[in-house]
Amino acid sequence: MNVPKHWRESPQRYRMEAGKCRKCERIFFPGRLVCPECGHTGFDMVKLSGKGKLHTFTVIRTAPSGFTDFAPYAVGIVELDEGIRILGQITDCDPDSLQTGDRLTSKFRRMNDEGKTGMIMYSYKFVPDNGI
Amino acid sequence: MREVAIIGIGMIRFGELWEKSLRDMCVEASLNCFKDAGTDRVDSITVGCMSSGLFTGQEHLSSLVPDYLGKINTPASRVESACASGGLAVRTAFLEVASGISDYALAVGVEKMTDVSVNEATYALATASDRDYEAFHGITFPGLYAMLAKAHMDRYGTTREQLAEVAVKNHANGVLNPYAQFPFPVTRETVMNSTMIADPLRLLDCSPITDGAAAVLLTTETEAKRLKKNPVVGITGIGMGTDTIALSQRKDILRLDAIDHAVRRALKMAGKKIGDIDFAEVHDCFTIAEILVVETMGIVDQGKGGPATIDGLTALTGKFPVNPSGGLKAKGHPVGASGVAQICEAVEQLRGNAGKRQIDNARSGITQNMGGSGGSCVCHVLEVK
Repeated sequence: MNVPKHWRESPQRYRMEAGKCRKCERIFFPGRLVCPECGHTGFDMVKLSGKGKLHTFTVIRTAPSGFTDFAPYAVGIVELDEGIRILGQITDCDPDSLQTGDRLTSKFRRMNDEGKTGMIMYSYKFVPDNGI
Repeated sequence: MREVAIIGIGMIRFGELWEKSLRDMCVEASLNCFKDAGTDRVDSITVGCMSSGLFTGQEHLSSLVPDYLGKINTPASRVESACASGGLAVRTAFLEVASGISDYALAVGVEKMTDVSVNEATYALATASDRDYEAFHGITFPGLYAMLAKAHMDRYGTTREQLAEVAVKNHANGVLNPYAQFPFPVTRETVMNSTMIADPLRLLDCSPITDGAAAVLLTTETEAKRLKKNPVVGITGIGMGTDTIALSQRKDILRLDAIDHAVRRALKMAGKKIGDIDFAEVHDCFTIAEILVVETMGIVDQGKGGPATIDGLTALTGKFPVNPSGGLKAKGHPVGASGVAQICEAVEQLRGNAGKRQIDNARSGITQNMGGSGGSCVCHVLEVK
């Protein structure tokens, strides 16, 4: 991955910035240029709370290139308190103890890297509120 | 718009075909198709392929395929809709003939997947998800479908046994298919004890990594009747639908709207209801996918896909056979080829040439081929004319 490809996503990945439609007030993450609900093209930036509950999840045991060192790891779809859903890793927990409905909070974490001399990529991951 | 018929089908046996290149597979399937059709006339070629670039480093199939097929100077295009690329190629060839632009249109589906490692193949397949907001986080395709399976189990009480039965049924059909990659039976216990890939999906819940190609030759119904080479099978309905690329963005992740739209459009065009159809070839890339699809297509009610599979409704001898070919699960899933191979199976069934897996009195069938986690879907209704 080259630098601009990751850099341009940093408002979303580092700060969880989303777009809120000025007309129908629906929130989209990542932001969009056209509202799929009402067709409006004006948006305001809103920061997501990062707090929500686990909607569904899995534990990845056969990982794609770039993630093989981390397997097994949990990935889930989290329903944020704002009412939108977001996919992310669930970390700092025993993956086998996770349950649908668990409360989670987003944390800023290292995702992976491009080898010893390449870029280190960071993003949000989710951590269960009830601890490890 | 002209009525369209299928006059030729061509397959190669799916598998780990280390001795065959991407171009070899396209040419062999196409030659088998010409032989079946009794003609090699082609006015246009459409190649369906998901990711020859990532899998083999080769793009520009719109030159490669006509070149090696001995059809230089034939207009050709390559279409891509992830795992629905094959279905999209058939749809494009249909439009060529229906519109009058081509009298004979060839659709070839292909994927050469075993020139890369399993991890690289998993990466290539994951590009069919939202690259920046799904794959970036380390999710895989088995992972996305595993989350659907978990949600389906939570909401409808679907069980591990019901998921396993989809694999058992499709492998039982695959045993009877000479083109299948895995023509052997499996038991529920074998499926449920196979290696965990992404909880709750195990190795035998997943379609395999496969090399393969399939081809179909389309012309007008009038021309097909004039040729009298094969019983005439028409494409009487086509439908495509799309949905959000990211699974998380759907209002209800268990509602596959792209499939719903594609099926409705195809049936409406054919003037049929799902109950009028004799069998279906569906996109069982994972066991849970077949359950979700038979529910969305209206073959069973929402949430009843698991129990219906256990009850044998979708078995070869059931009331509504699903995946008589063995499906992606047992036949293999060379992603760009699968949508074309579904059409080949439907034509075999409708001609009455399916041998031991022949469905009695099959007069109409539907194919359903989807991309990603359901971000796109292509359906076709086929009928004996």
